[in-house]
Amino acid sequence: MLKILTPMMRIIEVPMLALQRKIGINRLAWAFLLPNLVLFGLFAFLPVILNVFYAMTGGDNVLLADRPDVGMRNFAQLLDCSNHFDPNSCREDKFWRAVWNTIWFVVLQVGFMVGFALLTALILNRDIRARGFFRSVFFFPVLLSPVVVALVWKWILQREGVLNAFLDWTGAGGINWLVDAQWAFGWSVFISVWAHMGFYTLILLAGLQAIPRDVYDAALMDRASAWRTFRRITLPLLSPTMLVVLILALIKGVQTFDEIYAFTGGGPGTATTFIIQYIYERGFAGAPRLFGLAAAASLLVAGVLVVLTLVQLRISKENADG
Amino acid sequence: MKKTHLLTTALAAGLGVAAGAAMSQEIRFMCYSDGNECEVYDDLLTRFEAENDGVDVIVDVVPYQAILENLPVQLAAGTGPDLAKVTDLGGLNEFYLDLTPYVDTGYWDASFGETLNWYRNGDRQGYYGMHSQLTITGPFVNATLFEQAGVDMPGAGASWDDWATATRAVTEATDADFPMAMDRSGHRVAGPAVSYGAKYFDADGNGSFEGFDAFAEAFVGWNEDGTMARDVWASQGGSTYADAAQEFINGEVVFYYSGSWQVGRMDEQVGDFFDWQVVGSPCGPAGACSGMPGGAGVVGFEQTEHPEVVAAIIDFLAQEENYAEAAARTKNLPAHLGVASAGVEFQDASPAAQAALNGFAGALPDVSPIAFAYQGYSGNRAMFGITVERLSQAIVGELSVGDAMMRAASDLEAAMAEAN
Repeated sequence: MLKILTPMMRIIEVPMLALQRKIGINRLAWAFLLPNLVLFGLFAFLPVILNVFYAMTGGDNVLLADRPDVGMRNFAQLLDCSNHFDPNSCREDKFWRAVWNTIWFVVLQVGFMVGFALLTALILNRDIRARGFFRSVFFFPVLLSPVVVALVWKWILQREGVLNAFLDWTGAGGINWLVDAQWAFGWSVFISVWAHMGFYTLILLAGLQAIPRDVYDAALMDRASAWRTFRRITLPLLSPTMLVVLILALIKGVQTFDEIYAFTGGGPGTATTFIIQYIYERGFAGAPRLFGLAAAASLLVAGVLVVLTLVQLRISKENADG
Repeated sequence: MKKTHLLTTALAAGLGVAAGAAMSQEIRFMCYSDGNECEVYDDLLTRFEAENDGVDVIVDVVPYQAILENLPVQLAAGTGPDLAKVTDLGGLNEFYLDLTPYVDTGYWDASFGETLNWYRNGDRQGYYGMHSQLTITGPFVNATLFEQAGVDMPGAGASWDDWATATRAVTEATDADFPMAMDRSGHRVAGPAVSYGAKYFDADGNGSFEGFDAFAEAFVGWNEDGTMARDVWASQGGSTYADAAQEFINGEVVFYYSGSWQVGRMDEQVGDFFDWQVVGSPCGPAGACSGMPGGAGVVGFEQTEHPEVVAAIIDFLAQEENYAEAAARTKNLPAHLGVASAGVEFQDASPAAQAALNGFAGALPDVSPIAFAYQGYSGNRAMFGITVERLSQAIVGELSVGDAMMRAASDLEAAMAEAN
């Protein structure tokens, strides 16, 4: 192997030495970073800059040169409300319905998901029979495509779906789950928890396994109850991992779109329309295509996500610093 | 010697490939199918290729959603196909290739008449699109359920209320789940709305929801009292399209308001399960009994590098014998006046399908001029979307009908201000 690699490395070495002589060893790192920086700039940074320009222009032309400058009008249109708690009082009522739906969804979905993920991780961390099998079972939905998740649950929950067939068979009578706003919202939360819980369970399981065994042995010798052990040892030592999970789940929750869009299309009415769907519909699905309004809304969401990401980075840093 | 020979061969091969590439004209046709349209066009265009050396027409079959959502963005970005089958007829006018210099406009005027206007917009009054399939909205009725219920089917000139009453009686007497259902589409409600007094245009010819309230009240009421299958409109969000064809095919709906493009599907999937028939659009309080015309057409795009070839392809499809063959094989109503007047023998159509297509064709004279103009209005796509979103909100109780209509009016104003 070395016989093959050595001549190859010599081939690379010649131009690298020449480059090092030309730009100096301190600047050489930039040369290594350049390919990645170019890609990042082209596909991540440039779109963000373009998005800012789109947010400050109007019309339905896709080319920036053909779009009239409207300053902050798109932001003003989105934020124009006499009472932000009542979407009907807002000029862009669908935006505020989506905002409030997203807030409620994130609160419920993240709360339930982190709770159930912790419970599952605690159970899977015990020495139970077929532990490997159950770990796979809980992780399996994470591997499914969001559209598959949505379609499977749609078949279960539609008027003549599996669940109603079962309820009819038991004599309980079916419910039109996807036509009632509250049921549709509740099922959206449930499906999202079901689909993503496995990922967070895995992280929490890793966190649990990182807790030193001797701490539990000491608690056992002190005859601490299971509840006291959980409250005084497991939770405090797991809290850094819990915080990371919480922030990641919050970010993911705000970004919710594909599976719920495929599941309910945002309905009934706007009951399950979340902010990303609002952006998609304004920018791409509706007519005329309001790229400016969509870009402004996406910048507002980006602001929220940046704050959440900064919090997560800070927590990660604190964890790393011990 | 051997080296020279190889070099010469390589050069010759390279030049051959380059010459071939220069001679071949590759034309991309973005096509979607309601049934077998793209397959039939592909077949017809093979003949065009045989008659036109060096032309290679590639039919890219895409989902309808791609025509609605991706094609306009591609065109705005200066990319996209050379020609396509579209339904946003006037809305995409700015991108259309004007066929005027390439076709016999006298033949086109005589053959396509008023439908040519659907592709025109503002100052652009040329020849842009061949209306390949004329559609009209209207109801499919499950005749077997009427027979089982012993209820008389309302006759010609019956009102929406008459049909609501009759279908409720049928549902009560049979196992059907819903008296009526209507596709979740702004296009589908347009005919009934005109019959209820919707004007769709203000005095200046701009889009308007004036007069739409009466239909909105009735429609929301039918969804609330169970006359309409609430699932269709309430179980979706945004302006997403949903139909109730499967419910009708399953025998769950007595009266299904959709359109002529569903005939093939009904013919194929209902089979002997029950007797179905097409009746004319019911009448509304405004006196009209209008359906909504529509359909799809084949257009070329200005950005093409081969405008003559694109125009020749569209003109080839527009020739009476080719058009008639496509209409017969796809079971679509012809917009070509010559083909329509000669009559179409729809291929492999059952007597029920043939009668249904004749029924839809017979309903064309009842189409209100408002509905006809609305189909050609460049802002209709925006109005269709707004109609669906706001009516759905009223149906699920997020907004009152009055508030929904006020929001619809302000949405339209905002949309028109942003549109070019």
